[in-house]
Amino acid sequence: MATEGAAVRRNGRQSNALYDTLIFVGDSWGIALQAIGCILRGKVRLRETVRQMAAIGVDSLPIVVATAVSTGAVLAFYMSGVLVQFGADAFTGGTIALTFLLELGPLLAGVMVAARSGAAIAAEIGTMVVTEQVDALRSMAVSPIAYLVAPRLAACVAMMPLCGFVSDVAGIGGSIVMASLHGVPVEAFLDSMRLMADETDLAKGLIKTLWFGLTIVAVACRQGLRAKRGAAGVGRATTSSVVLCVVLIFVSDFFLAQLLTGASVATQ
Amino acid sequence: MTAQPAIAVENVGYRASDRVILSGVSFNVARGEVFSLMGQSGSGKTTLLKCLGGLIRPTGGSIRIDGHDIAAMGEADLNRVRLRIGFVFQYAALFDSMTVFDNVAFGLVQHRRAKGSQLRTIVRERLADVHLEGAEGLYPAELSGGMQKRVGLARALAIDPAVLLYDEPTSGLDPVTGRAIDDLIVETRDRLGVTSVVVSHDIPTVLRISDRAAMISEGMLVALDTPEGLRDSDEPLVREFVHSADSGG
Repeated sequence: MATEGAAVRRNGRQSNALYDTLIFVGDSWGIALQAIGCILRGKVRLRETVRQMAAIGVDSLPIVVATAVSTGAVLAFYMSGVLVQFGADAFTGGTIALTFLLELGPLLAGVMVAARSGAAIAAEIGTMVVTEQVDALRSMAVSPIAYLVAPRLAACVAMMPLCGFVSDVAGIGGSIVMASLHGVPVEAFLDSMRLMADETDLAKGLIKTLWFGLTIVAVACRQGLRAKRGAAGVGRATTSSVVLCVVLIFVSDFFLAQLLTGASVATQ
Repeated sequence: MTAQPAIAVENVGYRASDRVILSGVSFNVARGEVFSLMGQSGSGKTTLLKCLGGLIRPTGGSIRIDGHDIAAMGEADLNRVRLRIGFVFQYAALFDSMTVFDNVAFGLVQHRRAKGSQLRTIVRERLADVHLEGAEGLYPAELSGGMQKRVGLARALAIDPAVLLYDEPTSGLDPVTGRAIDDLIVETRDRLGVTSVVVSHDIPTVLRISDRAAMISEGMLVALDTPEGLRDSDEPLVREFVHSADSGG
């Protein structure tokens, strides 16, 4: 009997988790699609969108640069040592550039924007929900999706490629400095980079950032709009927003990598 | 032939998960009437008010505002009706990143009803209506609780509503400020002729300002009468609730 009871409880927990996941996915997609509809119909506030572009994109650049430079330098520190040891230092620049353009640049930009701006979006909207400001919007026939979500979505999707590009440049810049300190001449680094990487690799990485931007705003707004029970609820919404955004960025990055580069790898 | 009521609530129910919040609530509110909903905390009166304002949809029954059933209509139609309803929230729900001027002007700006000098004139008039002249440049955090509620009322009045819904208008205020808000509710009705529904568990407020009042208990309407009728009621629940104010409870 006890075992049966435990199995029933376990099944109950699993079905609850599945139900919650489906609700979360449906909610987030619903919010994103409604916001995209508002943008396409021109029902997005231009001034607020520009303000959000500064808040989400421009203000995130310092932390994107800081993390990308450090990561690029650490990557070069390990890789140049190994590659020089095996006489393959001519590949250092190309390997690091490809790693950054296809993977690390977009990923670091996504994680940093999720941590900084995603958290801010969830906290701001969550606070508006628990203080009934969102109800006040609705009571005046103003859609919270059009008023709050659409400008943030437009701004984030527009600014993420810039953040990704800056992350690429900063990461590769950091790695050039570190590699030169470990015996890889700057000229050799750049030659290798030109040989192994091109604009297509840059474009593939930047396409990923568009998806990351969409994910960050959809999840952060969803968590904010579903916040309840005061300050603690806003705290939970903010934390869960960051965790979910980061997890979804990593998981979707895997599929995007397959989609964007899997075919070309298979044909080589 | 009787005139169509401003608000007709018929057999309204609301369930959240497996919990019944409202059940079989029915009443009418006449045009220009001040109608109060009273009851203990958690009795379902704020849920009912949010149903009247179209902020949540009842799970049963119908709510007619000027003859339009808001429980059955789509979001676009509901938005048209919402523009005829002003909602004054319990904690004012002012947009804290905006000045008093921008808060009061919000509905007008969003729906492009006024701009420029016309907008400034309307905002000044609405602030004068609630005795807050000169507060345009202040932020909500710089206002007292009573001032915030008055700005909330000015914001609701700016869109020129036919119906005003007040959620606990005097809660958290000292007796003098609470009385000033009571007077403002009656004054607003007398001057603009709006239909007012007031949710409150403040018995003196309910008895002072209402033309009629209903008592909600455990999601059901248990009494509906004039203030005098409620004061003299033999219904034990009503007696206990109404006379608790006399004994300071």
